[in-house]
Amino acid sequence: MDAFAAQFLDLEVMQRYLPDIIDGLWVTIALALLVIVTGLVLGLALAVIRAFQIRVINLAIVGFVDVFRALPPLVILVIFYFALPIIGLTWSGFVCAWVALSLVLASFAEEIYWAGITSVHKGQWEASRSTGLSFVETLFYVVLPQAVRLTIPPLTNRTIAITKNTALASVIAVQEMLTVAQTSLAYAANTSPLTMAAIGYLLIFLPLVILSRWIERKFAWKH
Amino acid sequence: MSNGNVVEVVDLHKSFGDLEVLKGVNVTVAPQELVFVIGPSGSGKSTMLRCCNLLEQPTSGSVLIHGQDITVAGVDINRIRTHIGMVFQSFNLYPHMTAIGNVALALRKVKKMQRGEAEDRAHQALRRVGLDEKALSHPNELSGGQQQRVAIARAIAMEPDVILFDEPTSALDPELVGSVLAVMHSLRDDGMTMVVVSHEMRFAQDAADRVLFMDEGEIVERGTPDEIFKNTQHARTREFLARVTDH
Amino acid sequence: MDWETLRFSFLNYESIAEVYPLLLRGFWMTIKLCLLVGPLGFIAGMVLATIFSFHIRWLNWVLIAYVDFFRSIPPLVLLIYINYGLPMFGLDVPAFVAVLIAFTLNSSSYYGEIVRAGIESIQAGQMEAARSTGLNRTQAMIYVVLPQALRNVAPDLISNTLELIKATSIASVVALPELLRMARVSQELVFNATPLLVAAAIYLVMLWPIVRLLSRLERRMMSSH
Ligand SMILES: Nc1ncnc2c1ncn2[C@@H]1O[C@H](COP(=O)(O)OP(=O)(O)O)[C@@H](O)[C@H]1O
Ligand SMILES: [Mg+2]
Repeated sequence: MDAFAAQFLDLEVMQRYLPDIIDGLWVTIALALLVIVTGLVLGLALAVIRAFQIRVINLAIVGFVDVFRALPPLVILVIFYFALPIIGLTWSGFVCAWVALSLVLASFAEEIYWAGITSVHKGQWEASRSTGLSFVETLFYVVLPQAVRLTIPPLTNRTIAITKNTALASVIAVQEMLTVAQTSLAYAANTSPLTMAAIGYLLIFLPLVILSRWIERKFAWKH
Repeated sequence: MSNGNVVEVVDLHKSFGDLEVLKGVNVTVAPQELVFVIGPSGSGKSTMLRCCNLLEQPTSGSVLIHGQDITVAGVDINRIRTHIGMVFQSFNLYPHMTAIGNVALALRKVKKMQRGEAEDRAHQALRRVGLDEKALSHPNELSGGQQQRVAIARAIAMEPDVILFDEPTSALDPELVGSVLAVMHSLRDDGMTMVVVSHEMRFAQDAADRVLFMDEGEIVERGTPDEIFKNTQHARTREFLARVTDH
Repeated sequence: MDWETLRFSFLNYESIAEVYPLLLRGFWMTIKLCLLVGPLGFIAGMVLATIFSFHIRWLNWVLIAYVDFFRSIPPLVLLIYINYGLPMFGLDVPAFVAVLIAFTLNSSSYYGEIVRAGIESIQAGQMEAARSTGLNRTQAMIYVVLPQALRNVAPDLISNTLELIKATSIASVVALPELLRMARVSQELVFNATPLLVAAAIYLVMLWPIVRLLSRLERRMMSSH
């Protein structure tokens, strides 16, 4: 047990690397927030555009969404990081991770929003249009408010799952929490920094996971 | 050119793919008139109503509202629709809004009223259907009859020139039908122009100025309630009336 | 940046010819990984959900803690923890085993949550009817409740399996020679990005049908509300 503690919970090592880990924690949080905002907004924008049912544009959206749902996020990240410089885009690892993960989240979010929009009964469109509201007004005042409600539980779960992928940014040298922990681990020849990082992720994501449970229950009774 | 009619449906045809649902329908509705439409299920009654506010696009023929043809290109259909109220069989209230929110939405967004003005107007409309005390209830807190009365309030709040009713009581429990018919009756007494598709023959007898019998996409017979119900001319009408009244 | 550079970097047939045996090996490793980890995680998840359905209070708290813990930790962190932590502790686990452990822990939590929701969607009357005919609780669960429960949550199960297959690419970080790892090794051999794109294309061909299927199922699920 002592050996275990020395290897995984060495307080002295932990204290030494705590400042670095906290720096990494902030990078992780910043990346996570950027991805959430960008992904959810872009996803909604795509779903709204799709509602106009313009054939060519819809094909493009579905194609984009399918590709980003089918490819592993790490593959996308690595391609962005190693292949984009070849076509002249030299983004930092942070920007690569931000863009790549945002596109992944946007794709999943678009599908969820779209499922929500199509689930709103046709009569809602007709009632609204019969009072003179335009297509766009109907979409924003009548359909989306109902759709968003249905989409909140799956969207929360998906957002958490994709945001956890910020840890993948360690593969492309972003100085987020896992990268810092791995560097410290190598220096200290001790696993405690990794334990700290794990605790850091729990601090960020456990409240969100518990929140998602609560959301699921709250919205489940509604119907 | 408008002859003073509120609605004029001229040689209206509508097909869904190969299925010809309306085969040349002609209807005129004069101001303050209540035109009652009966006919078997699938005969095209809903389609005819929905062509009148372009929820369905007619295949050919025209629909004139106060003499203006709304089927030609370039009309501002959203503005026209504010003059044509519609009440649906399944109410179609917005579940995420309160009763007053349902009524006020188009007042604010289409008529561009300020919130206060829109809500005053919405309260008036709700009072008109006897439901002002439910203004802050959501649709799922209301009975079917109350929901349909809110839907009527949503239509009358726009001060339309005509209201189209598509089987407004068919989805209601029998004991709730009366309250909705009472509201419709009082609207008629106030001189509202109405087109009503329904199976409530008693209401037709009491309130309708004219009754149209539709079958297989055509208007087979038309006349006053007495002419249609007591002095039926066509065999198809007689068969239909026998079917709906003997139970 | 000219056409020749682009072709060399992204459409380099010569490099494909050179490295395709590596990519093929990676592909088979990915398949092997999925075929092991998928069933392991799914069965563990069903066990978790079944135990949960017995409604033993303290045990359910333990299960919830387990599930939420592993849903909060990024799988990569878990994998690195197991892969680098255990050897430092004196336990030498091969990368493949570390990957198996990490993904089973991770995916069992997700599968467990889904199956639990499925079981809760089945009316108590089903269990009672089965028990009334003399089946014991486990039999009633296996023959009556679970089959219906799994059908109700089939889209979520498929979706989770898709995510699991995609997540196996993370094993590349601990040098397990699966598809992404072999693509990166190849990339360093031929100095261009073509192997990466080929790997991406393989993932796409493999997973796109599942994505299409899911789109349909998810829309149907939501519309039934
Ligand atoms: N959107 C549509 N697409 C195809 N067929 C339709 C559509 N709407 C109505 N129909 C068909 O048109 C016919 C008339 O329908 P409807 O106008 O609803 O009749 P009613 O209201 O008299 O019962 C029916 O055969 C119906 O199946
Ligand atoms: Mg009808």
